[in-house]
Amino acid sequence: MSIDTETARRVAKLARIKVEEDALPALASEFSAILGFIEQLNEVDVDGVEPMTSVTPQRLKRRDDVVTDGNQQKAILANAPDAREGFFAVPKVVE
Amino acid sequence: MTDLTKLTIAQARDAMRKGDTSSAEITQACLTAIEGANALGAFVHHTPDIAATQAAAADARIKAGDAPDMCGIPIGIKDLFCTKGVPSQAASRILQGFKPAYESTVTTQLFDAGAVMLGKLNMDEFAMGSSNETSVYGNAVNPWKAGDTQLTPGGSSGGSAAAVAADLCLAATGTDTGGSIRQPAAFTGITGLKPTYGRVSRWGIVAFASSLDQAGPMTKDVRDAAIMLQAMCGHDPKDSTSADLPVPDFEAALTGDIKGKVIGIPREYRMDGMPEEIEKLWADGTAMLKDAGAVIRDISLPHTKYALPAYYVIAPAEASSNLARYDGVRFGHRAKLAQGDGITEMYEKTRAEGFGAEVQRRVMVGTYVLSAGFYDAYYNRARKVRTLIKRDFDQVFDAGVEAILTPTTPSAAFGLGEMADADPIKMYLNDVFTVTVNLAGLPGIAVPTGIDALGLPLGLQLIGRPWDEAGLLNTAYALEQAAGFVAKPQKWW
Repeated sequence: MSIDTETARRVAKLARIKVEEDALPALASEFSAILGFIEQLNEVDVDGVEPMTSVTPQRLKRRDDVVTDGNQQKAILANAPDAREGFFAVPKVVE
Repeated sequence: MTDLTKLTIAQARDAMRKGDTSSAEITQACLTAIEGANALGAFVHHTPDIAATQAAAADARIKAGDAPDMCGIPIGIKDLFCTKGVPSQAASRILQGFKPAYESTVTTQLFDAGAVMLGKLNMDEFAMGSSNETSVYGNAVNPWKAGDTQLTPGGSSGGSAAAVAADLCLAATGTDTGGSIRQPAAFTGITGLKPTYGRVSRWGIVAFASSLDQAGPMTKDVRDAAIMLQAMCGHDPKDSTSADLPVPDFEAALTGDIKGKVIGIPREYRMDGMPEEIEKLWADGTAMLKDAGAVIRDISLPHTKYALPAYYVIAPAEASSNLARYDGVRFGHRAKLAQGDGITEMYEKTRAEGFGAEVQRRVMVGTYVLSAGFYDAYYNRARKVRTLIKRDFDQVFDAGVEAILTPTTPSAAFGLGEMADADPIKMYLNDVFTVTVNLAGLPGIAVPTGIDALGLPLGLQLIGRPWDEAGLLNTAYALEQAAGFVAKPQKWW
């Protein structure tokens, strides 16, 4: 399957990665090569085969539904590029 | 004692207990070796102060006679592991400046056992790569050389492999999503073990593809792999996929006796165009196991061919989801914004600046295969093929096969930069023999067993039954004994 520039632009947008307009054709052709490689999977008869959800046949553990952690505002904000007044700060999202 | 850096874990443990040397002495020897090895690009964050404190504590513990096997052993930690207060950035620009407020389960367990951290080790960005050339820190370099050419130590755990092979540390942690412990181990002539999925907690390890990721030891020999795995593994309530199973004594399993053990040789791993040297290595290894009393059986794993394409759907899909957290809000890098830029521009610019080319490529491929209209055709189909790949293994194990012998890699280490112009798929082929093991969640170990015509190390891989690391290590031990691989790189750095 060949990926066109428009599809590459759409995927970059979905992934929230800025790709310059002039880089899109090269990206599209890389995608095409990788997807071409992946397309070998179409040769496999997968009728009636369950898609794998867990590689080890075991039930995920559950724990009691209780608070085990908290009150760590300072530690949580310590790595933020922009933290103000106890919050993560981001550019304005509503006008 | 001279050359303390060359000790294995077992030798160092025994020497420290006898009082012949101390953790402080071995640690200092490693720190000195690291200072002189910048040309290898292996250690990217140095933690000599932590090392000195941990070594002193370890020496006190050894003196008190209460020392676990890893006590006082200086090791390197792959940059993918979160280490409290120490930069942990998965070799990515997007985690520039990130210092975790917590410690990963694996490093917690190692430090509780008395291990000493020398620093953080280079790797491919977010563990995506097979040559350690996608790191924000620059390349890690293989201590082995062919003539004047600088070689890759493999990837993604390239720094770990280079550091252990060059005797900068006694052992190192690695992680393996498609071969990232075993391929670099093979390229540098060391031992690397990927445990069964769920054996080692993933908590606090930067996630790449959560259904495939597994941490393991990278060591100078099989015994050390057994000792170090013991300290790394076990049930962890903080990782819901961590297995609540008893952990056997791995070192005690190393008897070297493999009489009657059934070893499978999968015909699908005999690739077209496989170098003669690899063919011979594999045949020699088969003969060694046979001489040691194993029963050799030809087996078929018919879906092998589809493992790489399935992997290159599943791993990018999971990565695109896992890496969505790097948004420039909570940690790491945020792009400088222009006047009027909103939150979407912040995400897009941050991720474009923060992620390298290979990571961007995989995130976008993953986004595509998960997007509306393609989910069934790509992602679900790949997961069905994964079921078939696992079934292949289940069937041969059910038929009595106890371990499987294959080459680790299709070639010896290649030159740095050699693949720069190749298409990405050529690089992906490095993992052709290792990736099946991740897809099936099995334990696999790379053992150095020979050298090629240029004098570079080559390794064989043994694949075990789920949870049978003990049996697998013992088979690897028998192979190691028979192969007698002792070559070391000539120091040039």
